[in-house]
Amino acid sequence: MDLTTKIGSLTLRNPVIAASGCFGYGLEYRHVVDLASLGGVCVKGLFMAEREGHPPQRIVETPSGMLNAIGLQGVGVHRFVKEHLPGLREAGATVFVNICGTTLDEYVEVAKVLSDAEGVAAIELNISCPNIKEGGIQFGCSLDGTYGVVNAVRQVTHLPVIPKLTPNVTSPASFARAAADAGADAISLVNTFLAMAIDVETRKPILSNGMGGLSGPAIRPIAVRMVYECRQAVSIPIIGMGGIMDARDAIEFILAGATAVQVGTANFADPFVWEKILNGLTDYMQRHAVNRIADLVGAAHAASEHEPA
Amino acid sequence: MPWDIDAEVIGNRRLTADYNVVSLAAPEIAAATEPGQFVMVKPGHGWDPLLRRPFSVFEILRDSSGAPSGVSILSKRIGVTTRALFDVEPGDRVQCLGPLGRPFTLPEADTEVWMVAGGVGLAPFVTVTEALAPKGVPLTLFYGGRSEADLFHLDFFARHRVRVVLATEDGSKGESGRVTLPLERALGALAPSAKVRLHACGPERMLAAVARLAEQHGRPCEVSVERVMGCGLGGCYSCVVPVKQPGGGFHHVRSCIGGPVFDASTLVWEW
Repeated sequence: MDLTTKIGSLTLRNPVIAASGCFGYGLEYRHVVDLASLGGVCVKGLFMAEREGHPPQRIVETPSGMLNAIGLQGVGVHRFVKEHLPGLREAGATVFVNICGTTLDEYVEVAKVLSDAEGVAAIELNISCPNIKEGGIQFGCSLDGTYGVVNAVRQVTHLPVIPKLTPNVTSPASFARAAADAGADAISLVNTFLAMAIDVETRKPILSNGMGGLSGPAIRPIAVRMVYECRQAVSIPIIGMGGIMDARDAIEFILAGATAVQVGTANFADPFVWEKILNGLTDYMQRHAVNRIADLVGAAHAASEHEPA
Repeated sequence: MPWDIDAEVIGNRRLTADYNVVSLAAPEIAAATEPGQFVMVKPGHGWDPLLRRPFSVFEILRDSSGAPSGVSILSKRIGVTTRALFDVEPGDRVQCLGPLGRPFTLPEADTEVWMVAGGVGLAPFVTVTEALAPKGVPLTLFYGGRSEADLFHLDFFARHRVRVVLATEDGSKGESGRVTLPLERALGALAPSAKVRLHACGPERMLAAVARLAEQHGRPCEVSVERVMGCGLGGCYSCVVPVKQPGGGFHHVRSCIGGPVFDASTLVWEW
């Protein structure tokens, strides 16, 4: 049973990656899950400098989902390299680093720092956080902005560059194309859906930030559709995510065209979910006599009569 | 290393129309829990509700040989999870992850501990009492609730020779008003040489008032905070509290791993 997964020049031991913002800096989970058993660990978004993020309340549960507006609290890239990366290396983790910037230059500078550090496998460009005004979404909601930031980071790093796309646009596929044209090695999608919850007793928004990003099983069918559309638009690998709770859901994204998947909110509900998903993948492959997980990528397209006009 | 146990419900004591105590078979968690630690709990296995909720461990349950066999949680029916927990029956399953977080500091017998509890904030003080009473630490419980019906477990504290000071907002039991009123008088009456530390758990405003009183009277104070929490393990960054920084300002610390128990003097209080 071959679970190995290729993302550009990178070979992962399996396609299951911990999603950024849902797994701290990885080491928080060292005593719960063997980090080396995962396809990868995508750490919480990093700017150049430390940030404190938004005041609480930062999350609220909604039907089969949750809203978050953490505001990208983080230790900054230098402290990450000094304090967290050595432990991740020691744990044998394949480290994806999610990076943010308020300017194009900041993305470039953070990418340079990581390119010089030992133990970083790939850079995920956060151009899609819905929760802060100047945290990349200004790049991720414009085709030129997406092209520009991917192209700029591409110039300064040998690491695979993986922009994480927003679902809060009419056509994510056109953004996937812009990213591929700019030299992205892969794309991640989706980030969270901009959403809101109001306390009807106090008549105020529940989150301190007013709005937040919706994740969890509530968004899964929309995310699957977007991965499916992007698979038709680009040939670079897609890392699919959005409400994956178990192996069935992971397979669904792979069939839609994802080469790898990220799991986020499920880890909050069940920090022991990883082994269950990995075992579930091999069970599925056994049941369907599939030797290589890679053979399942995009399989729903061949079976579908609903290709684009 | 926390355990995640698909725990069998072995009892559900409904104390009032809103408060209940759910007992769960979870021997590993029971054996490892220190006073003030918490568990992340979810009734059932579906995705709605999706996330677990944090509860202080209320009691360590023991079998007939005295070995730890489970934990109980004190719940007040407010939201989806606490409504489901109010309705569970013996034999049902509740997912229980723990023990988690930083416990209370436990002093030696030369120091008195004054426990200050508001409502379900009583929860951590049963295990604190069980840890300290046998060591001969003099204990006092300042315990406030809306009314007499909201005050529980008084026989337990009596049995462990805890001095109990009660206050209710409607005056139906103990002093009328907030529990910080008798606390303030007692702090004022203390001899300067007396060694007393405060442990508090309850509503945020009560914690802020207790922290202020402790500072005014120069007494060490730990508070157990409650925040909306997503994971309990440091992954989501939702449960932060502002901790003072040297040179001013604050740093958002995750209460799941940096707390839930904090030295009150290190926190930025907003009230």
